[in-house]
Amino acid sequence: MNKKKNAASGLRQLLIPLIALGILIVFNLIRDVSFFSVEMRVNNSGNVVLAGNLISIIDTASELAIIAMGMTLVTAACGGQDISVGAVGAISGAVLVKVLQAMGGITALSVVAAFAAATAVTILFKLFNGTLVAVFRIQPMIATLILFSCGRSIAYWINGSATPQLTSPIIDSIGKTIPGIPVPTPVFAVLLVALLLVLIFKFTSLRLYTQSVGINQGAARLNGVNPTVVKLISFVILGVCVSVAALIGVSRLGQLNHKTLLVDIEMDAILAVAIGGNSLAGGKFKLIGSVMGAYIIQMLTTTLYAMNVNPVNIKAYKAIVIIIIVVAGSPVIKNALTSLFKKRRPAKAQTEGVS
Amino acid sequence: MAKNKSPLTRTREPLSNTQMLMFISIGIFAAMYLAAIIFMDSGFEKPQMFFDLLNDNAALIIISCALTIVMITGGINISAGGVISLTAMACALFLNNNGIGSSPLSIFLTLLLALGIGLGFGVLQGFLVSYLEIQPFIVTLAGMFLARGLTTILSRDPVKVTHEGFLQLVQTKLKINWLGYTAPNGALIPAKVEIGAIVAVGVVVLMALMLRFARFGRNVYAVGGNRQSALMLGINVKRTVFWAYVISGLLCGLAGFVFLIHKPAGNASVAMRSEMDAIAASIIGGTLLSGGVGNVVGTFFGAMILATIQKIIALSPLNASWWQDMANGAMLSFFILLQSVVLMRRNKKKDTKNDKNKDIAKERGAEIT
Amino acid sequence: MEDGIVLTMRGICKSFPGVKALNNVDFTLRKGEIHALMGENGAGKSTLIKVLTGVSDYIKDEGSIRIEGIEGEAKIHSPQQAQEVGISTVYQEITLCPNLTVAENMFIGRTRGPLVHKKDYEKRATEILRDLGIPARASQELSRCSLAVQQMVAIARAVDMKCKVLILDEPTSSLDDKEVERLFELMRDLKKKGVGIIFVTHFLEQVYAVSDRITVLRNGELVGEYLVENLPQVELVAKMMGKSLDDLAELERIGQKSGAGEEVVYEAEDISSSECRPFDFSIRAGEVNGFTGLLGSGRSESVRAIFGADRVTGGKVKVKGKPVHITKPHDAMKNGIGYLPEDRKRDGIIADLSVRENIILALQVIKGMNRPISRAKAEAFADEYVKALDIKTASLDTPVGSLSGGNQQKVILARWLLTHPQYLILDEPTRGIDVGTKTEIQKLVLKLAEEGMSITFISSEIEEMLRTCSRLIVMRDRKIVGELTGDDLTQVQVMKTIAGGEQ
Repeated sequence: MNKKKNAASGLRQLLIPLIALGILIVFNLIRDVSFFSVEMRVNNSGNVVLAGNLISIIDTASELAIIAMGMTLVTAACGGQDISVGAVGAISGAVLVKVLQAMGGITALSVVAAFAAATAVTILFKLFNGTLVAVFRIQPMIATLILFSCGRSIAYWINGSATPQLTSPIIDSIGKTIPGIPVPTPVFAVLLVALLLVLIFKFTSLRLYTQSVGINQGAARLNGVNPTVVKLISFVILGVCVSVAALIGVSRLGQLNHKTLLVDIEMDAILAVAIGGNSLAGGKFKLIGSVMGAYIIQMLTTTLYAMNVNPVNIKAYKAIVIIIIVVAGSPVIKNALTSLFKKRRPAKAQTEGVS
Repeated sequence: MAKNKSPLTRTREPLSNTQMLMFISIGIFAAMYLAAIIFMDSGFEKPQMFFDLLNDNAALIIISCALTIVMITGGINISAGGVISLTAMACALFLNNNGIGSSPLSIFLTLLLALGIGLGFGVLQGFLVSYLEIQPFIVTLAGMFLARGLTTILSRDPVKVTHEGFLQLVQTKLKINWLGYTAPNGALIPAKVEIGAIVAVGVVVLMALMLRFARFGRNVYAVGGNRQSALMLGINVKRTVFWAYVISGLLCGLAGFVFLIHKPAGNASVAMRSEMDAIAASIIGGTLLSGGVGNVVGTFFGAMILATIQKIIALSPLNASWWQDMANGAMLSFFILLQSVVLMRRNKKKDTKNDKNKDIAKERGAEIT
Repeated sequence: MEDGIVLTMRGICKSFPGVKALNNVDFTLRKGEIHALMGENGAGKSTLIKVLTGVSDYIKDEGSIRIEGIEGEAKIHSPQQAQEVGISTVYQEITLCPNLTVAENMFIGRTRGPLVHKKDYEKRATEILRDLGIPARASQELSRCSLAVQQMVAIARAVDMKCKVLILDEPTSSLDDKEVERLFELMRDLKKKGVGIIFVTHFLEQVYAVSDRITVLRNGELVGEYLVENLPQVELVAKMMGKSLDDLAELERIGQKSGAGEEVVYEAEDISSSECRPFDFSIRAGEVNGFTGLLGSGRSESVRAIFGADRVTGGKVKVKGKPVHITKPHDAMKNGIGYLPEDRKRDGIIADLSVRENIILALQVIKGMNRPISRAKAEAFADEYVKALDIKTASLDTPVGSLSGGNQQKVILARWLLTHPQYLILDEPTRGIDVGTKTEIQKLVLKLAEEGMSITFISSEIEEMLRTCSRLIVMRDRKIVGELTGDDLTQVQVMKTIAGGEQ
């Protein structure tokens, strides 16, 4: 009984993203069934890979999905959003390339070392954000505005104005596909990060701590939870997410451009969190919702591309769909719908109350 | 803290958080400007430099005010830059193609168009935020996407204004002789103030008066201070928030028009991220994102601080966009930390102040009995 | 409308999903009377008040509200409209804006016209503040006033509104005795001027001190309307609880304070925090002691220092004879100390989390982040305590914020009992909850002590402390001024000690 109820309430939070996804799918089915066709193709480097809009959606949305997961945690713990993820991602990419260049050739070992270094630096920057938020109690958006405005300049400072190229089968394997495996590697990265987070939630009580701090920090503290630590942890996890996303972003293009790497991803990530039914004011959260949000945003973009909408105009259409989604998910509309629903079936509402 | 002890404040009320943060930013602006006059040989001592800062940043000042009012309600408006680019583009196209010719009427209609676009965004966003209770960040983010998208739909290429009447307006400048300087050749060069700068200062003054003396302005503070209480005190919270966004939108439209007067061309990529500069200006001026605290005079000086840094770096040997960014970041960090420390210390003091209140209570009690 | 009646509510019904909060309730308020609205938590008092003041989500489903001087039914769909028809309200929580001045708080939302006239406001506010003896300046920012002064400002605002109906919803919980007395004088004044006052409180003594008439609600239904002189206190309690007073009587009987054991469980020397001065304190196994004193005397601050809730600035602490360092709540918890905070909403519950999560929170923290309690275990624990403490909740997954005050308090109690503390600090566990639950909690305290737990019990109601504590520490002005045990534990003696040197 309890579990059933729980599942039902969980579904309710995911209702809007599910419906949005459903409508997008149905819309595309009606518009052009071939949108969903997936085929095996031989790519430029001679590998057999899956191709098609669906594959492109889940592939392209990888960075967004990964960062959205980290963003969900920061949002839940701090009740605010990190708008510096794109800029810090550029720093992470810059460090990655810098270390790779310093180590000479691109080998599996050097990539691992460079990624480790980039992750360490990213975490440091995120700890800077986190300290401002957790210790100095500055609103997350303001605290991260600093790196938002100067992060890409730091990336530039690390690597100069050049856009260094990385050509290596290893980089291709990370950014595109591994020979012999038809699914793009970034998809596995999303699964890996998701799995990691699920394991963390399974084997620690981080979820309970994070939600407690997000809902009522004072009460959490009086119950022995250290809000500062919990918030810092959320920023560290976001740092790892950003670093992974930056690795994918750099590998995908085989080059580093500090101006365009993960550009504007902070806005999309926050959108993904909100579309996933999570409150931007913090507290309870659902990771899966944010991931769904990320794929919805990408599917929307791909659909618009498929409809031959000019890429520069896409923002306007995207905005309209976003407004529709958030209006449908707004508390006022939800309440109005529920009361309409309840009025129609008053008998059922009564029995529910008793049980 | 030192200000607290001055005799001026002892006889009056202690500075409120709003005033405190505002005075800090005014002080820092003055110090920075003075330092630039003393240490830099780049003409900061001429009044024209100050007016140039105003001329170049009129649109920024106006959208900073637009941000301040919604931030006082506890909200945010990140569509400001997008609305500037959309308005500038729409107005440029309208001026070139309206067929009315170069009569003042067509300029007036253009102004109406600019305000209308701003109003449209303000009404839409205000409705979604206040009546449908959607988070302002998301609403105005969608607004930003919409505005940027519409701009490119209007035209992907830059549109230069060819309307003669408007170009005259662009050239119209207020000349102040006594603030001018004498050029090496002996000719007096008066200080020039653009229309946009005058409009911007006018907006700041009007907004300051409204926030201080109008019922609506005080309601805005009340809503930001404690939404639930404001409701219980009989304030129509939803309407207040709605109008705050409408005014914010209107100001963004006006800023677009002012922007066009300064640079008579529509372009999809203008004012990119200027909303973040506006947020920074508001914060530096003492507005808190949490709501209830802030005022536009502080915001004005916040914008001027940003503008001055920009100018100093542009005129120094360090002229590079990334120095610009770094300086902005450093400045922002400094102000944010300063505010945080000041507010923390004041909040701690408050506890002891409460004790003092009790002491006063006792004294009064003694008087009464 | 009959003469002399200012407000009638007839057949008021209000339902929330799954709950019928008000069922066919009538209420009548006459001119110049103080009318107490009584009932246990969840009886529907707050709902009735909110319906009357037009709080959103609380618009009545059925019934009619009529107000003197208004033709037909009064339409009240917002606090604004309520003000317009002459209803003003003072809520338990401060509903003023901290960032505005005292004067602005008194006049905002009441004026017409596009401009505010600050100087006028301040002049009028100064007069009102002086008349009511409120120690605040009109131009002062509200956040710089103490909570009690803020509450007085809220009352001043309501009084100045020339209302026909004044609602006081638990206005006294943050006031000390002197301030309560001043409020009562004010109420009597207004009564003479013909204002009808609805008075909601949990303090029975206060009801009998000022009220003329009492309306009792129970489970969302009207029990009856009585003249004060016709309803003795005992009967009132019986009507509110819907049962006889056996429970209370039983408590009096078992209230033989069990003797404390020999072992000293907690001992502190010169302990101090950022909020309180150094003091010595110790408690033995199975002992129930109490900190008493007026509000602001430092009783809460003292126990917060013991638990490490505020920044600890000094002192030597021993738990069961072993020296320990307690600087933050986590340290105290590891040493078997539990703390139920004074402010349930702010410091106690995590409102959006479920009953289950709220119950296991403290135990989980003690076990550590790396050893999560499994879902099955958590459910078993929660289930056990929900049954043991008779917590009324739809399910273990219900958000705790949707429970009534008394049940929320029980959830926090359950949270600490689950950790099996050796020393439990209860700061005002009975505040703002219904009489039945109050009794239950006192009984529980005595039972736990009998089982060997040490307990510090703080309550604003001295009777409760006399009933449960075997030792009372008396505080005044943040200092301990006396310690009472045995035969000294009488109300008179406590009062004398609190009054102390002022005699």
